[in-house]
This record gives sequence, C-alpha cells and structure tokens, in this order.
Amino acid sequence: MSAVIDTHDQDHHHGPAKGYITRWLFTTNHKDIGSMYLIFSFAMFLLGGTMAMVIRAELFQPGLQIVEPEFFNQMTTMHGLIMVFGAVMPAFVGLANWMLPLMIGAPDMALPRMNNWSFWLLPCAFLILVSTLFMEGGAPNFGWTFYAPLSTTYGPPSTTFFIFAVHIMGVSSIMGAINVIATILNMRAPGMTLMKMPLFVWTWLITAFLLIAVMPVLAGVVTMMLMDINFGTSFFDAAGGGDPVLFQHVFWFFGHPEVYIMILPAFGAVSHIIPAFSRKPLFGYASMVYAVGAIALLSFVVWAHHMFTVGMPIAGQLFFMYATMLIAVPTGVKVFNWVATMFRGSLSFETPMLFAVAFVILFTIGGFSGLMLAIAPADFQYHDTYFVVAHFHYVLVPGAIFGIFASAYFWLPKWTGHMYDETLGKTHFWLSFIGMNLAFFPMHFLGLAGMPRRIPDYALQFADFNMVSSVGAFMFGATQILFLWIVVKCVRGGKKAEANPWDGAEGLEWTIPSPAPYHTFSTPPVVK
Amino acid sequence: MSTNHQTYYVPEQSKWPIIATVGMGLTFYGLASIMVNNSAGESTTGAWITFGIGGLIMVYMLFGWFGNVIQESREGLYSPQMDRSFRWGMSWFIFSEIMFFAAFFGALFYARTFAIPWLGGEGDRGSSQMLWEGFTASWPLLNNPDPEAYPAPKGVINAWGLPLLNTILLVTSSFTVTVAHHALKKNDRRKVKLWLGATILLALVFLFFQAEEYVEAYSELDLTLASGIYGSTFFMLTGFHGAHVILGTLMLVIMFIRIQKGHFTADNHFGFEATSWYWHFVDVVWLGLFVFVYII
Amino acid sequence: MHVHAKRASVFMGACLASNQALGDWTLNMAPGVTGSSNEIFDLHMTILWICVVIGIAVFAVMFWSIFAHRKSKGYKPAHFHENTVVEVLWTIIPFVILVVMAIPATATLVDMYDSSESDIDIKVTGYQWKWKYDYLNEEFGYFSNMKTSQDEIYNRIQKNEHYLLDVDNPMVIPVGKKVRFLLTANDVIHSWWVPAFGVKKDAIPGFINETWTRVDEPGIYRGQCTELCGRNHAYMPVVVKAVPEEEYNEWVAEQQASAERERELTEKDWSLEELMERGEQAYQTACAACHQADGSGMPPAFPALKGSQMVLEDVQAHLDVVVNGVPGSAMQAFGDQLSEVDLAAVITYERNAWGNDTGEVVTPKQVFDYKNEE
Ligand code: HEA
Ligand code: HEA
Ligand code: HEC
Ligand code: CUA
Ligand SMILES: [Cu+2]
Repeated sequence: MSAVIDTHDQDHHHGPAKGYITRWLFTTNHKDIGSMYLIFSFAMFLLGGTMAMVIRAELFQPGLQIVEPEFFNQMTTMHGLIMVFGAVMPAFVGLANWMLPLMIGAPDMALPRMNNWSFWLLPCAFLILVSTLFMEGGAPNFGWTFYAPLSTTYGPPSTTFFIFAVHIMGVSSIMGAINVIATILNMRAPGMTLMKMPLFVWTWLITAFLLIAVMPVLAGVVTMMLMDINFGTSFFDAAGGGDPVLFQHVFWFFGHPEVYIMILPAFGAVSHIIPAFSRKPLFGYASMVYAVGAIALLSFVVWAHHMFTVGMPIAGQLFFMYATMLIAVPTGVKVFNWVATMFRGSLSFETPMLFAVAFVILFTIGGFSGLMLAIAPADFQYHDTYFVVAHFHYVLVPGAIFGIFASAYFWLPKWTGHMYDETLGKTHFWLSFIGMNLAFFPMHFLGLAGMPRRIPDYALQFADFNMVSSVGAFMFGATQILFLWIVVKCVRGGKKAEANPWDGAEGLEWTIPSPAPYHTFSTPPVVK
Repeated sequence: MSTNHQTYYVPEQSKWPIIATVGMGLTFYGLASIMVNNSAGESTTGAWITFGIGGLIMVYMLFGWFGNVIQESREGLYSPQMDRSFRWGMSWFIFSEIMFFAAFFGALFYARTFAIPWLGGEGDRGSSQMLWEGFTASWPLLNNPDPEAYPAPKGVINAWGLPLLNTILLVTSSFTVTVAHHALKKNDRRKVKLWLGATILLALVFLFFQAEEYVEAYSELDLTLASGIYGSTFFMLTGFHGAHVILGTLMLVIMFIRIQKGHFTADNHFGFEATSWYWHFVDVVWLGLFVFVYII
Repeated sequence: MHVHAKRASVFMGACLASNQALGDWTLNMAPGVTGSSNEIFDLHMTILWICVVIGIAVFAVMFWSIFAHRKSKGYKPAHFHENTVVEVLWTIIPFVILVVMAIPATATLVDMYDSSESDIDIKVTGYQWKWKYDYLNEEFGYFSNMKTSQDEIYNRIQKNEHYLLDVDNPMVIPVGKKVRFLLTANDVIHSWWVPAFGVKKDAIPGFINETWTRVDEPGIYRGQCTELCGRNHAYMPVVVKAVPEEEYNEWVAEQQASAERERELTEKDWSLEELMERGEQAYQTACAACHQADGSGMPPAFPALKGSQMVLEDVQAHLDVVVNGVPGSAMQAFGDQLSEVDLAAVITYERNAWGNDTGEVVTPKQVFDYKNEE
C-alpha cells in the first residue's frame, strides 16, 4: 500500500516533560494521550465488568439472593453505559491517538491541546456518572437506553446528574472526532492520497463522521429529558401533546450509528492484522473502503429496528426492516474479504491473529442474529429477550473487545518496545474464547425460550442455562486479570521488539523504531 | 496539500485543557445540583457557588487559551497547514451544531405529523380517542389532551410582527458581517469597524426583541414552557437559537476588540472568518425557525 | 439455599447424563398456538437455516485456510488480490438471499397488522406492576396481579412450578375467536407478551396500540412484561386462559354477576375484623410490593406506613393519597383500581396493623362518599 523513501529525523524535539503532573495533566503528545485513553478505558472495562459480574451472580439461580431489584436495575444500566461510553469508545479513541499520526506520517494530532481536553473530560464525566450510585434514590435505573417516561417522570433524582454526565461525554467525543477528522484530512504525509490510507485510518475517518453526526443528537435528546424533568415541558408526555415514542426515535437515531461507532475501528484494525499474519495483501482494499462507507450511510436509516413493537405504521415497519437487512450486504463484503485474504496465505497464529480470527467468526455469528432480529415479525418474539442480549454481546465482546485485544497485542511491541509473553497471550485468548462463548451462547436459547431481559429474577425453566452462562461469565471476567498482568509485564520488560516485529506487517508505523520515540515524523515522510 | 509540511506547530505542555475540564465539571455539577436541590426543596446556595466558580474558571480558561492561540498565531508560529486544521475544526464543529438543532427540529416535525394527529384520533393509532375525549388535533396546539396538567396558551405569536422584523434584522446582519469581511480582506480597517459594529448592533436589537417576545408570551399569551408541546418546542427551538445568538454576539464583540487592537491581516484572519461562519449558521437556523415555528 | 442445591445437581446431572434434564434445556423457539405464531416460527426457522448454511460455507473456506495454508507447514503465500467478478458475486448473491427472506417476512407482517373485524375487544392497561383487562363489549374489567409470594422470591420456601408466572385473575378468552387487544399504560411503558400467541406489543401511556390473536387450542398461556418498567418489571406476568366458547360465556356471566355483588357489598355494614381480614389480602396484592408486607416500606423510595404520621392521624389525607395517588411518584391513584370495599379494607388495615392500633374503621360507604364528593 505505502512505502517510504524519506528518512525522517526525529530528534530536534525533546522528550516528555519531567514532572508527573506536567507530563500527564498538561500533555499535548498524542502518544501520552493515547496511553491515558487506553488505561482509562481498561479501568472502565473492569468497573463495567464487575457490574456484569454482579448481574451474573444474581442471575446464577432464580429468586433474589444478592441484590434487590432496584440495585440490579442500576447495575444493568451502569454496566451498559460504562461499557459503551467508558470502555469501548475511549479504547478506540486511544488507538486512534496512538496510531493515526504514525500511520499517516504526521507529527501529532491536528489540535493537540484540544486532544488533551477531550481526554480529561472523560474521567470528569464518569466521576459524575459513578457518583450517582451514592446519591439518594440511587443511580439511573432505567437501562442504558433510558426510555421516557421511566427516566423522566419516574426517574430518580440523580437523573439530572446523569444527563449532565452525558453532555460532558458528548463534548469529549465530538471534540475527539473533530480532531481525528482534521488530522486525517489535513496531516497526511505527502503522497498519501485518500485511497492509499491504511484501513484503520479510513474506518476512523468514517467513525469520526458518525460521531459528529450523532453525538449532538444524543445531547439533544437528553436536553429534552432535562427540560421535561426540571422545566415542565411535555416532549415525552401525551398529556401535553408529546409522545414517549418520540424519545425512542431520537435516541435510536443516535443509538444505531453508535453501535457502528463501536465496531468500525475494529474492522479497520482487523484489516491490518489478518493480512499481516497471512503474509498476503488484503484482498480488496477499495471494496473494503466502500463497504465501510455504505454501512455508515445505511446506519442513519435503520434506527427504528429497535422499535418494531412500539406500534409504528406498517409502512415504517417495512421500510426499516428492508433497510436493516441491506446492511448485511456491505458487512458480508467485509467478511468475505477477510476470508479471501486468509485464503492461500501463509498463516501463523500469534495472539493478535487468534483474536482477529475469532473476531471474524464470532462477529459473523452476532451479525447473523442481528439479521434475524431485523425481520420485523420475528422480532416480535425476540424483542427485549435474552436473544437480543446474546446478539449484542456477540457483536460487542468478540467484536469490539476482541478487536481491541487484537490491536493491543499487535501494537504493544511498538508502544512498549518489548514483546509481550506469547504463551500468556495465547492462554488469555483461549480462556477468553471459551469463557465468552459459554457466557453468551446459552443466552440465545434463553431468549428463544422466552426469558425477558433486564430482570433480576426469572421463571424456573430458565435456570439451567443461566447457571452455565454465569459460570462462563466468571471465567471470562477472571481471565481479564491475566490481560492486565500481560500488559504490565510487557511494559516493564521482555524481549526487545524490532521496528517491525511481524514479518507480514506493512505501513508507516513499522518504519520507526520500537518503542516509538516521543516525537515522530516531525518532518513528514514521503509516500509513493 | 504539500505546502509547508515541515513546520507544523505542535504546542508544548499546556495547563488550559485541565483547567477547562475542572471548570466544565464544576459548572455542570453545580447546574445539576441547583436543579435537583430545587425540586427537593433544599437550599441551592452551595450549588450556585459551585456553578459560579466553575463559570469563572471557564471564563478564565477561555481568555487564557484563546490568548495563547492568538499569541502563537501573531508570532507567526502557524503554517497554512495549521490554518487548514482550524478550518476543518470549525466546519465540523458547526456541522455538529446543525445536528444538535436537527434533533429539535425532528422533535417538532414528529409531534406535528405523528403524535398530535394520533392523539386526536387519527391514523393507525386512531383508537387513541378512547383516552383523550374532547381533544382535537390542531397546530399550533391551543388545547392540550390534558388541560389540567398542561394549561394551553391563549394564543400564539404572530409571525408577521416581531418575528418578521427579527428575520430582517438577522438576514441583514449576515450581509453586514460579509461586507466587513470583504473590507478586512482589503485591509480597510475603518470600514471593517463600521460594518462589524453594525452587525453587533443588529444582533443586540434582535436579542432585545426576542426578549420582548418572551415577555409577551409569558405575560399575555400564557405561552410557557409548560403549556404543552407547542410551548415546549417553541421555547426550546427559539431558546437554544437565542443562546447561540448570544454566543455569536460575544464572538463578534471579541473580533471587534481584536480589530481595534490591530490584529488580523488581509490574508490571515481565521478568527474573524470562523466568527462569520458561525454567524451565518445562526442566521440559517433562524430562517428554519421562522418558517417552521412561526409561519407554518 | 435449597434451590441452589437443586439447580447445581441438575447442572451436574446434565453434564454427566444429559438426557436427565432435557425438558428444561429448551434450545429453540416454540411454534405456539396461533396462526401468527406459527408463521413467525416458520420464518424464524427459515432464516436460521439460511444463516447456518451461509455460516458453514464461509467458515469452511476459512478453516480450510487455517488448516492447510499454514506457515508452520511451509505453505508459501499466494499474492492475488482484487477480482471484480468475485466481488460482484459476493455482493449480488447475499442481496438475492435477502430478497428471498423479505418476501415471507412482508407477508407475515401484513397479516399481523390486520386487526379489523374482531369478535371481542379487550383493553389492556399496564400499571406498575400489574395488568388491567377491560372487556369493552361486556363492560367489566379487573386487575391481574402476580401471585408468587415474597417468600418464594426470597428463597424462604420451595418455589412453585409456575414461579413468577402465576396471577390471581388471568385474562380469559374464547378459542377460535378473533380477539383484539387495545393496549395502553397508566404510568410508564410496558409491553404485553404471550410467546405462544406470537403477540408482543408495547403499552404506551397516552396512546393506544392495537394487536390481535386467534387461539386454536384451549389452555393456559403464560408470558411476561417485556419492557423495563421499574423495580418490579420481573414481577408482572401475563396469563391468558383460552377456553371453549360456552365456558367463556359462562365466565362472562359470572363476572358480571360478581361485579353486581361487589356493588352490594359496599352497602353492607362491615366490622373491624372483617375489614382487617379483607384488607390484609388486598394489601398483600396491591401495596406490599412497595410498602412491604410489614408496612416498613423502603425509605427513601417507598415510605413506611408503619408509624406513619398520616396513617395514624389524618383520615382525609390518607384517603386522598390512596384514592388519588401522589402525582409524579410511584404512588398511584388506587381509586379506580380497587373497589370501594377493598379501599376501605386496605385503609382500615393500614390503620390497625403492625402496631398502628388506631382502632378506627373506614367503611366502604365512607370511601364511596369521599370519591363522589370530589
Ligand atoms: C457493535 C455493535 C453492533 C453491531 C455491529 C450490530 C449489527 C447489527 N445489528 Fe445489532 N444491536 C446492538 C449492537 C450491534 N448490532 C446492540 C447494542 C443492540 C441492543 C440495544 C439495546 O436494546 O440495548 C442491538 C440490537 C439490534 C436490534 C434490535 C433488537 C430488538 O431490540 O428487538 C436489531 C434489529 O434489527 C439489530 C440488528 C442488527 C443488524 C442487522 C446488524 C448488522 O450490521 C449485522 C450484519 C452482519 C452480518 C449479517 C454477518 C456477516 C454477513 C455475511 C456473512 C454476508 C451474508 C449474509 C447474509 C446474506 C445473511 N440489532
Ligand atoms: C461493549 C459493551 C459490553 C461489554 C464488553 C459487555 C460485557 C459483559 N456483559 Fe454486558 N451489556 C452491554 C454491553 C456490554 N457488555 C449493554 C449495552 C447491555 C444492555 C444494558 C441495558 O439493558 O440497559 C448489557 C447487558 C448485559 C446483561 C443483561 C442484563 C439485563 O438485561 O438485566 C448481561 C447479563 O448477563 C451482561 C453480561 C455481560 C458480561 C458477563 C460481560 C463480560 O464480558 C464482562 C467481562 C469483564 C470483566 C468481568 C471485568 C474484568 C474482571 C474483573 C474486574 C475482576 C473481577 C472478576 C470476577 C469477580 C470474576 N450484559
Ligand atoms: C408502586 C409502588 C407503590 C405501591 C404499589 C403503593 N404505594 Fe403507597 N406510596 C408509594 C410512594 C412512592 C409513596 C410516597 C409518595 C410521595 O409522597 O412522594 C407512597 C405513599 C403512600 C402513603 C402515604 C405515606 C406517608 O406517610 O406519607 C400511603 C398511606 C400509601 N402510600 C398507601 C398505599 C396503599 C394503601 C397502597 C395499596 C393499595 C399503596 N400505597 C401502594 C408507592 C407505592
Ligand atoms: Cu411492566 Cu415491565
Ligand atoms: Cu441497531
């Protein structure tokens, strides 16, 4: 795709600032900020995961044993919110911060100070969000989708704090996305035309566009909630001419693109990893780019597939059903491309590749259940059951999370200058793989047998699979501690990594030494 | 796109972002506390103090941060490439603002085309009339499904009075700011000040009339935030627009001060340009409002 | 920990000899007992199989590479990429498959949306956390509460076979007739679901949603609320009894008669004991979910009634709260939900139970008057 001729001198800048505070609080360096994003995201993953463990422990058997229903609902809500906004999105922004400038040959992000602000707003937002757990009346308990009027008229007092936390997250995401777009459009090394950009860059360009388009809509809908709660408006109250379903339309106009925000960067990363370990170029670069574009555009016109049971007119049902089904086509193009890339390559299975291959297989399974959900009449049976929970954990856990793990292992040598422990990495993979499937596959059966989601207690016929699922979840959860250990170990030492530790990997990021110097590409390389 | 790649300016460590974070956190936390304490009937003093401190920090930060940027720019540290980064940044920021308003316009259209007719007993969900006897759909909504919970307004603002005047004011101000911009490109300082001053004046008059209109709505028409979906959408759309006009006016004022100080050159004046883009955006949103909120 | 032991043994047992507990390990959707649910089931199976086949094809190619084209086996990579024919094919073929899926899906949907020409209309209203069924043509209606006891929920006694899926008054409908449901809600959004009918529709406050069913076989069908509606979302089951037509008619007549009897009861003179007895029952079904069986509530969300100022003193205020509710809080207006007798009984009960020994009696007549003077 891209090759470099210019050598680049990277030493007329100095290294990181000395003091802890000056270095991390005041930094404008994309690598520092990237690392902070990644660390923050992992902390949130542990926190959100711990909440999932509470959920799974309560659901281990029927009856109420560990928590009361209102606390359970808070756990479900916070788990969803923290995983989506705290774990997955920041992890991708962290990867973007680290890798985009390296991949396009830029000295840093386009707007470095704003970059720092985008990051620090996140801990601030999550401080407010998590503090609601300790407020009178408890944390938000209405699901991460916070449907009105449960979240407005009937919400706990902390809802107002939740709304402002969402506003801050929105500001952070929008600024982050603006930065990404400005960087990609304006900072590429000479010669790197759009159609020569690495796929991770492409997917992030489109993700950033999605973010800028939908985060303000989320801000808009929570603002309407805020006014309904505190200023007597009636957007979501029929008594004043509003409609609770209006909330859902606006929310999902944000919500559906949001789920692609959580997968497109992973698509990009996997599109680097699979060719690298297949030692064979990506099968169809151009069609991959177009497919991502098509997915992004379609994602704006499918939102109501989350609302098939609200009683839309049939024309609406049909439109949203057809549009949703169409997304299978470009996504299929991507899956087929990955498979075709592997086909007749020279494959080896280091940890990043293991995660990437599992990503393709398990994401596809999640995609299939998505397609089943898209069939409106069948969704009447699936909707709000564990079938949906199974679907989205299949696209999110082995999708987004495995994508992030794969990227982390792939680029860790570049970040730290050391190789991670391959045996431990493989152990992490296999335990995660087994635990994850054990946890989430039975949820398909539960959903089909009729178990509703968001319940702390269930009828007896669901007991067996719930127990299996909980066991799998504990296993998956415990395994993540191993990942923490692997990363810490790799940061602290290990086999020295070469500039390009993977014989099949290509791209500008592999032309600089490992670990990447504090300042890179101060003079842009020239790409042929 | 190959110009001047060599000198992209990457700023050193900066304290502003973290100050901005603290400021924003306190402001929002304070705001939320004010609202929550208010509805719980508790004292809001502490909350106001938090809010105030946060606000002051934000103001301090804005001056400091922009001050830094202006200084760097005037020291000639910025390349044309940097200029492009700012342009992309501002354009996409405005796009995000457009989407913010799009959500509100969407709510308005939804209420008018779906919710209210349904409540009035029409369409696929027609049996709704079971629930709201005596409610008939209309727009502007002068009777609410439950008049006790949401007393309806007595009347609506006439589009051809103040709103029309305001439309003329705002459209004119878009012209004047453009004239000022052209003058700046020709480096005609006197003319810039004249036309920029005129723009600010028009903006202030607009805001004055807008306030007047609100007073009229509340005191004479009983049109309030709580008078059903008509009042809700009316005040939300015009209110957020108004807030943006205030912000835009502040930006214009700062540009005026900077011109006064002799900032900007004929070919390097992005701050001014961004402000005028923003102003045009505010203007376009108003045109949407005028048509969809006041006229139809 | 009884259940724990039982479940653990089932789990272990199932692992060792998997035929032992097969009944519980349901893997798939059930076809159900209505035309719609059967159509949905067929649709579900069709799409599932299409996905399985595509999956097998895709993964087969992939696993072939994984096993055959390994570096460790010394396999040399090919270098092909981009092939327009292949790329067009793998765009068009999935598209065609989707069209094939969309056709039966559309047909089913159109069927399900046709709620015209119904024989019976039932208005279904969701409350936090129970259902109300109003038979519009017969002019009577009643509430349907979950019957499972708190003791079962908190694992103090053995769980019943229909744990969480049992109600005091199920909906009753005749088989073979087209029944139309008009769904709405009183507070938040709920969703009314009976899997065996293939019917799931949201009940939205302020709006009415329509759906319908025609059940082929008599039986008792169970479902649950499927939209998160607050604390007791897990505890608002739906139970529908489908009976032959004659039985249905008898049941309707009985309902109308008992509504009449209820009216007469209002006139009767009630003693404190009678009211307490009836009140306790009504309290357990209607109030205990929030205020707890022993009146201790769950402050700050749900106030304690035991020792409450209002309950001990001001009768008028007590009546007002129970009859009209507290707007904007979870405390609903029970005036329309309970009969005069039950309201009187429950209020009397609250004023005399758990050491609230006021000795006061609130009679059905008093409640009746209170409601009518408003
Ligand atoms: C990363 C996140 C992610 C991704 C990528 C997806 C992808 C898809 N999702 Fe999913 N979805 C969620 C996250 C995601 N979803 C979440 C979080 C929810 C629940 C929200 C909540 O309520 O809390 C949800 C819920 C959800 C619903 C609502 C269910 C309900 O509540 O009733 C629906 C319905 O249509 C749906 C559909 C789809 C479809 C069609 C895709 C498609 O993009 C999938 C496309 C992929 C494939 C189809 C596989 C590969 C393709 C081939 C191999 C080609 C050939 C295939 C065929 C021709 C069949 N999703
Ligand atoms: C990216 C998003 C993401 C991710 C990664 C996950 C990860 C997990 N999720 Fe989550 N989930 C959602 C997004 C996500 N989820 C969303 C959006 C919802 C919907 C919310 C709603 O309904 O509103 C949901 C809902 C949801 C439910 C349904 C709740 C309900 O309906 O009531 C369940 C139930 O099992 C569940 C389980 C899990 C588990 C076991 C994991 C595991 O993968 C987590 C594993 C990670 C860890 C465990 C952390 C690491 C370990 C430690 C910190 C040490 C402690 C370990 C032990 C004690 C063993 N999730
Ligand atoms: C869904 C939960 C819920 C149910 C069911 C419920 N209540 Fe309440 N109740 C509340 C809440 C919440 C309040 C507090 C309202 C407020 O003041 O904000 C309350 C307040 C009260 C009070 C006033 C107590 C005081 O000291 O101020 C009385 C009396 C009362 N309820 C009686 C009843 C009776 C009788 C029933 C059953 C017929 C019942 N409640 C069912 C939630 C419930
Ligand atoms: Cu009612 Cu859930
Ligand atoms: Cu979706």
